[in-house]
Amino acid sequence: MSVKDKVIEIIAEQAVLEPGDVSLDATLEDLGIDSLGLVESIFAIEEEFDISIPFNANEPSESDFDITSVQSIIAGIDKLVAEQKS
Amino acid sequence: MHRVVITGAGTVNALGHDVPATLDAMREGRCGICALDFQDVERLSIQIGGQVRGFEAEGRYNRQQMSLYDRFTQFTLAAAKEAIEQSGIVFSGETSAKSGVVLGTAGGGVSTWDANYRSVYEEGKNRVHPFVVPKLMNNAAASHVSMEHNLKGPSFTVSTACASSNHAMAQAFQMVRSGMAPAMITGGSESMLCFGGVKAWEGLRVMSKDACRPFSANRNGMVQGEGAGIFVFEEYEHARARGAEILCEVIGFAMSSDASDIVMPSKNGAARAMAGALADAKVNAADVGYINAHGTGTAANDKTECAAVADVFGIHADKLMISSTKSMHGHLIGGTGAVELLACIMALRDGVIAPTIGYEEPDPECALDVVPNDARDAKVDVVLSNAFAFGGMNAVLALRAI
Repeated sequence: MSVKDKVIEIIAEQAVLEPGDVSLDATLEDLGIDSLGLVESIFAIEEEFDISIPFNANEPSESDFDITSVQSIIAGIDKLVAEQKS
Repeated sequence: MHRVVITGAGTVNALGHDVPATLDAMREGRCGICALDFQDVERLSIQIGGQVRGFEAEGRYNRQQMSLYDRFTQFTLAAAKEAIEQSGIVFSGETSAKSGVVLGTAGGGVSTWDANYRSVYEEGKNRVHPFVVPKLMNNAAASHVSMEHNLKGPSFTVSTACASSNHAMAQAFQMVRSGMAPAMITGGSESMLCFGGVKAWEGLRVMSKDACRPFSANRNGMVQGEGAGIFVFEEYEHARARGAEILCEVIGFAMSSDASDIVMPSKNGAARAMAGALADAKVNAADVGYINAHGTGTAANDKTECAAVADVFGIHADKLMISSTKSMHGHLIGGTGAVELLACIMALRDGVIAPTIGYEEPDPECALDVVPNDARDAKVDVVLSNAFAFGGMNAVLALRAI
């Protein structure tokens, strides 16, 4: 499974949706994921890919990890996987 | 209804091992937060905290006591000794029979859990010390205070996360006010600064890696602390009859529950607790000169707390002072309200308002007088002490100069 599919699967599980219902341009808010759900998703992604995601709930916009949409989250994880697995 | 006064105070925290040292540090705006020092700290992403330094149990407690006293109990006993000695109260006869101990802690003997899990899971040992249970139980500290000082009345431990000690002190206050007890030992303590204790908090992603900057626009989270704050709450006439020095009067309290979210704070719940404390104390909002804020330094708490203050105090919100001393001693979780009560006593007795240090940038969502960076001389007559916990449980105390 690709990084993209796996991330969508994790987000879908958090949002209690089918992966097919998670569109790339959706925001977490669109999907009904609140701040606790976000922190839980990040944990699940870290565990899945064995990476560390720099994210502080107090300053989401300051973190070097863009959570504005599903697409941006996937892009961020692709980058972190490439960096941390190289 | 009896009047309730505070006749003794004691503490151990990152700013000092007693009340005078702590108040000096608050006056000077000194920061007690620094690099954490304990086993496996290098495996944490959060490596700072308000750790108590130079507090050696050896020499203070004997071998038998050490095997029974977790660090949170050690802090409590040292602070209780200071408070009771200052008060001069002697627990004997009826005073002993009716007086008790109500303390707050969120985690109890966390480092005892941590050390023994390490021993059985990581080191593969199959045997633990026989006193692990009496050492780690949440009521251990309250029990040892009752034994050490002959307190035979109602004693128990309250656990409401970050509001534990405020809930505990509110209970003790109520017991003395109602005439149930002539005096109560109260406050709280916490000692979670060990690998497991910090690792758990790290997971929530609300911790700062560099500093606790309450109300500052660039705040980025909370910083844990540890220690204890213990007080003697005493019936006014009882205190006067024995010629005790009175530090201040406790005039009211209120508790509220948000009934909404397990971690996100609610403006309404916080406002109801503050308004309730004013009503219980029968004072007007305009009488309040200072609020010791919950002020954790998280994005969510600080703006919610400021909005709640604005709701309750209206235009007076712009005149009162509000500061968070967590910027200096860190967040003592279940013991935090107790250590912060010292800042309230300093405000009422000495006319010195402890600052919010680490304040760098104004935040329009926290547009109150947060006493940034430097302590201020000011005469205040009535103060509030706020505590708002995870789980949406809030407790606010009101105090007055005497």
